[in-house]
Amino acid sequence: MTHMPRLSRRSFVVGAAAAAGGGLALGLDIPLGRPKAALAQAATPEVNAWVLIRPDDTVVIRVVRSEMGQGTITGLCQLVAEELDCDWSKVTYEYPTPGESVKRNQVWGSFSTGGSRGIRTSHDYVRKGGAAARMMLVQAAANQWSVPAAECRAESGVITHTPSGRKLRYGEVAEAASRLQPPTDVQLKDPRTWKIAGKPLKRLDTANKVTGKQVYGADLKLPGMLNATIVECPVFGGKVKSFDAGKITGMKGVRHVLQVGDTAVAVVADTWWQAKTALDALPIVWDEGPNANVSSASIAKMLEEGLSAEQGFVGNQAGDAKAALASAVKKVEAVYAYPYQNHATMEPMNCTARYTPERCEVWAPTQDGQGTFAAVLAASGLPADKCEVYKINLGGGYGRRSGLHQDWARQAVLIAKQVPGVPIKLLWSREEDMRQGRYHPVMQCKLTGGFDASNNLVALHMRLSGQSILASVNPQAVEKDQGRDALTFQGVTSPNLLGGEYALQYTIPNLLIDHAMRNTHVPPGVWRGVNINQNAIFMECFMDELAQAAGQDELEFRRKLMANHPKALAVLNAVAERIGWGKPPPQGVHRGLAHLKAFAAYVAAAAEVSVEGNRIKIHRIVAATDPIYAVNPAQIERQVAGSFVYGLSAVFYGECTVEKGRIVEGNFDTYDSMRIAQMPPVETIIMPSGGNDPWGGIGEPTICVAAPAVLNAYAKATGQRIRTIPLKNQRIRMA
Amino acid sequence: MARLTINGQTHEVDVTPDTPLLWAIRENVGLTGTKYGCGIAQCGACTVHIDGEAVRSCSLPVSAAEGKRITTIEGLASGGTLHKVQQAWIDHDVPQCGYCQAGMIMAVAALLKDKPKPTDADINDTITNICRCGTFQQVRAAIHAAANA
Repeated sequence: MTHMPRLSRRSFVVGAAAAAGGGLALGLDIPLGRPKAALAQAATPEVNAWVLIRPDDTVVIRVVRSEMGQGTITGLCQLVAEELDCDWSKVTYEYPTPGESVKRNQVWGSFSTGGSRGIRTSHDYVRKGGAAARMMLVQAAANQWSVPAAECRAESGVITHTPSGRKLRYGEVAEAASRLQPPTDVQLKDPRTWKIAGKPLKRLDTANKVTGKQVYGADLKLPGMLNATIVECPVFGGKVKSFDAGKITGMKGVRHVLQVGDTAVAVVADTWWQAKTALDALPIVWDEGPNANVSSASIAKMLEEGLSAEQGFVGNQAGDAKAALASAVKKVEAVYAYPYQNHATMEPMNCTARYTPERCEVWAPTQDGQGTFAAVLAASGLPADKCEVYKINLGGGYGRRSGLHQDWARQAVLIAKQVPGVPIKLLWSREEDMRQGRYHPVMQCKLTGGFDASNNLVALHMRLSGQSILASVNPQAVEKDQGRDALTFQGVTSPNLLGGEYALQYTIPNLLIDHAMRNTHVPPGVWRGVNINQNAIFMECFMDELAQAAGQDELEFRRKLMANHPKALAVLNAVAERIGWGKPPPQGVHRGLAHLKAFAAYVAAAAEVSVEGNRIKIHRIVAATDPIYAVNPAQIERQVAGSFVYGLSAVFYGECTVEKGRIVEGNFDTYDSMRIAQMPPVETIIMPSGGNDPWGGIGEPTICVAAPAVLNAYAKATGQRIRTIPLKNQRIRMA
Repeated sequence: MARLTINGQTHEVDVTPDTPLLWAIRENVGLTGTKYGCGIAQCGACTVHIDGEAVRSCSLPVSAAEGKRITTIEGLASGGTLHKVQQAWIDHDVPQCGYCQAGMIMAVAALLKDKPKPTDADINDTITNICRCGTFQQVRAAIHAAANA
């Protein structure tokens, strides 16, 4: 056997430590034994669920949200460390496992890492975790000195008894602190006094990413492991009819040819390349089911019907838009369309599983350890105390690895069940990843605006027609909401829908935003930003169309509608000022603006572009974000610029075409992505407004504003309004 | 059986001659820093150096790499000292998810060997790796920093 040389316990433990971020061989007590999250705890006193401190003062902070590039580990550690008053240079981190979470009554809260929630929905309890640990450490020192805790202060990992000047390090009192009762009254610092949080600190997880040592799911090695690859019926909803395993069982390295559920076939081999080569050669007959004739054209036709359908679910309403439009002096109407798009994470879907009737263990690059745990329970048929999930680093997520989309985890367990006792690493080919996505939903939109005699916008009807994500992934939620999928309205909702996190930031006296739900057999999924992407294009491009129809400056036109939305106005004004709106742009350069509220953050962008033939050159984009509180400005800048790459790739190149019921595009040659040559300089203005508003997200909100800003600038440059995404279909490319 | 020289060490690997070098490196030699992204030389996540040149190893058969000097991300640093591109990547906090970064770093290291002070145009022409997280702004800054290191 040459396929797995160099495998030793030691090398694996090194790999596992890297996977867990260097904190410890967390949950990966190798080889294949029961996980011992206790491994670290044995040597490292756990002050509380969030903080472990070693005798050498190393602080291990527990993080349950998944790191997929967005910097959540660093940000969450900053928040804990801030309240802990520890030495930042001694901070490391670890991932608790979902199984531990079950045993400890979900002490760490939600593992789910999506919706830009990592920091914004856990900042309060993780900071309290840090503060409580600090109070216990101080109390332990006070006890040792037999002085009141009030006479002691903590700073940078050292406790000082102020009157006497005596000092103790955290590492010296952590053991004693771990035996104290946790405090009940925990006060948090005023963010204006932050020394660690709020600062542009370097990420904690960079070193292994530049040396090749970082272990992603696809890189995992376990003793005795075999490799698998899979093909699902290319027509969604179809099934396996038959396959001729005999054609490939003699191929080198092939161990098993397996049906997976009703819908897929997998090959298990010594190496992945052998599995892939064999699967490609396997004759499979599919029962393609009732959807084998569906195409992008037939889907578009269904959506077109929805644009003028009588009924729609309402997401935002004021006055009587239909009546006001009927009596408007001037009307403007436009139809926009947004396609299916794949996530195309750089690391294709993968998952590793080992099953015996007594225990099922899964190693998963997942955005939601608890979501994967639930999928493992369901697929294995084993109870929670016989299952465990170990989180491995993700090579990108963007929603595809969320708790809502655990198809890859289910597949891995179903394969492992057929090869009991053997760890199986399932890795999809890029083609499988492209064709078995959980796609950004398809949507069309008809917008109608009405003006009075003084060119005031008095009415707007925005009719969405297209697919609901929730109807597919969480039908109970849709049922509870009388059939409506409120998420469809992200960015344009009424003030209270979805907690106001995605509320429309315009006041229009007669307004109707409604959705004709038109679902298809193509599985939709959450995506970076997801419904804000199309809604920002629809709303913000149409705002420019309205302004131009009224003969007004696009910024001034918006400002009049935003008097009641000061935070949105502030970010819009900030980008307008920085880009030089109102001053002449350089020769041949044209400007466009856009803004939105999403994930509780207020975001805006202003772009400068020039157009030569069918090529758009983006010279510069200015972005502004008000996330209410900013935990790490350096990482926010990176997320903003990165979100523009993802968002602009989507608007220029992103389309998954449906033909004969299946997705046509199979790789990056037909599903292109922006390269460094097209990357414009991005200037980010971070303007946290503070106060008591709910904190806003970082990873997603800005993704939606670059595209409409660029499209608006393009329209100014050419007089042509692009309303159908992606631009490649109109032979327009990025220069 | 193929004989590969990777990071100065010789490995006998039991693969068919048409096996892509990427998979021999990852599965037979066990060096997983070199990534699979597309398999068709589009994304660059699998970039290694062959006789000093950046090559997308997913689309090169093992037979074409025999007898040549192959360097992977694991062999880029010399001893305990990081390559200046790796150091610039740390200094500029470049990686996000990091999956594409080994390939990106290998492509940049080859560029700097060829053009020690690349212009932005040189970077645009040469660095065509895909990064879905969108690290390009930091990548460009780090390339110039490495060139001036």
